[in-house]
Amino acid sequence: MLAILWKDLRIEMRTKETLSSLLLLGLLTLLILSFAFDPSSELRQPAAPGVLWVAVIFASVLGMNRSLLHEREQDCLHGLLLAPVDRGTIYLAKTTGNIVFMAAAQLFVVPTFVVFFNLPMAQTLIRLSPVLILGVIGLAAIGTLFAAVSLRTRAREVMLPLLMLPLATPLVIASVEASGAVLAGQPLGAVAHWLNLVAAFDAVFLVVGWLTFEYVVEE
Amino acid sequence: MAHALEVTAVSKGFGHTIALDDVTVSLEPGSAVALLGPNGAGKTTFMRVCATLLRPTRGTVRVFGLDARRDGPRIRGRIGLLAHESFLYPDLTPTENLLFYARLFRVGAPEARVRSLIERQGLHGWAHRPVRTLSRGLVQRCALARMLLHEPDLLFFDEPFSGLDLDAATRLAEIIHETRARGATLVISTHDLTRAVALCSSAIVLVAGRVAWSGPIDATDPAALETRYRALSATGPELVPAS
Repeated sequence: MLAILWKDLRIEMRTKETLSSLLLLGLLTLLILSFAFDPSSELRQPAAPGVLWVAVIFASVLGMNRSLLHEREQDCLHGLLLAPVDRGTIYLAKTTGNIVFMAAAQLFVVPTFVVFFNLPMAQTLIRLSPVLILGVIGLAAIGTLFAAVSLRTRAREVMLPLLMLPLATPLVIASVEASGAVLAGQPLGAVAHWLNLVAAFDAVFLVVGWLTFEYVVEE
Repeated sequence: MAHALEVTAVSKGFGHTIALDDVTVSLEPGSAVALLGPNGAGKTTFMRVCATLLRPTRGTVRVFGLDARRDGPRIRGRIGLLAHESFLYPDLTPTENLLFYARLFRVGAPEARVRSLIERQGLHGWAHRPVRTLSRGLVQRCALARMLLHEPDLLFFDEPFSGLDLDAATRLAEIIHETRARGATLVISTHDLTRAVALCSSAIVLVAGRVAWSGPIDATDPAALETRYRALSATGPELVPAS
């Protein structure tokens, strides 16, 4: 698992394709959506968590598409599948790589969001962190699985969001609700039920991905 | 002693296309078999099924007595596949690619093993350049090093000579001979009957996904294999039963 993660990080350090795509799309989405709301509008603060998660999700879809494209070149996925390891381990390694890239992108996207929406920096970052970490794990778990499903389809860039987003709806709703409550000043304890839902979603899709990846990657 | 490879009544379909149809093959350890057949005969599918990359629709595959459905990881630790594609990451160098695969296959002392293979394949001048910048022949050498990293006991070569220049082809033939000499079992898919005769002691001819013929080949009479192969390719498996 560490070997696959090391390889993904090495490729990313050399090409900088995935992280730059994640960052650019995340920041652009934030920028466009923040312009969509008048700074004096009362709607601006209630819309903030939705804006943040739209940016996170758009960037995630793009990043996950890119991460599996490396495996498509020179049929490297088959090189991985020839390894004497359980194929679920390959899924967990690719998911971990995606979590690392998505988390790295959030390090820039979230502070930008805080600035655009004129929120207190340190307090917002600390309080949003648990929601973001759990949400990113869930998006990576489901996204890596469906990126593998769509890898051999013709319109794979379209297929991934079409497959992933409907199933990610509970995760998105819970993350937006939790973020909204946290941004409104409620303590984390008050959103525990939403966080528990996201954590349960993460656990379910990590296990489902681990168990089904072998069948997903077979032609 | 278990067969190196035991394929029993294996069929594999892709949608409405039948790529392999009731194929039964067994190979003794240490044998070298040429896998022959026209384009689309099912040679690549056969190799991928045997290498556990594809699950057969019907039938069983056993490698050194291990069932491919249950013991996939253990089987994969004992096989190597040189395919049409190199399985090498274009943005990594040959050294980085080989180190990655060495760790994936849990090769002992990976750095030393990679250095030795890089030297042996004559890749030292290109060891630290991205694979994307290498020629087809160099990439093939690197892919060969990848396959040999964990010293597999059963090796599948899928048209290994295509696109190689004379020197590279000679070097590959030498490596195949050396690999066979250390007791590994080889399955070599090729359209080059002269090479098949030179490298292998028996052949399997696949036509339309079925075994049209299998048996020993005479190294002193390559023309006999060509005559048989042409007849089989023209008539198909339905008219020429496997012996």
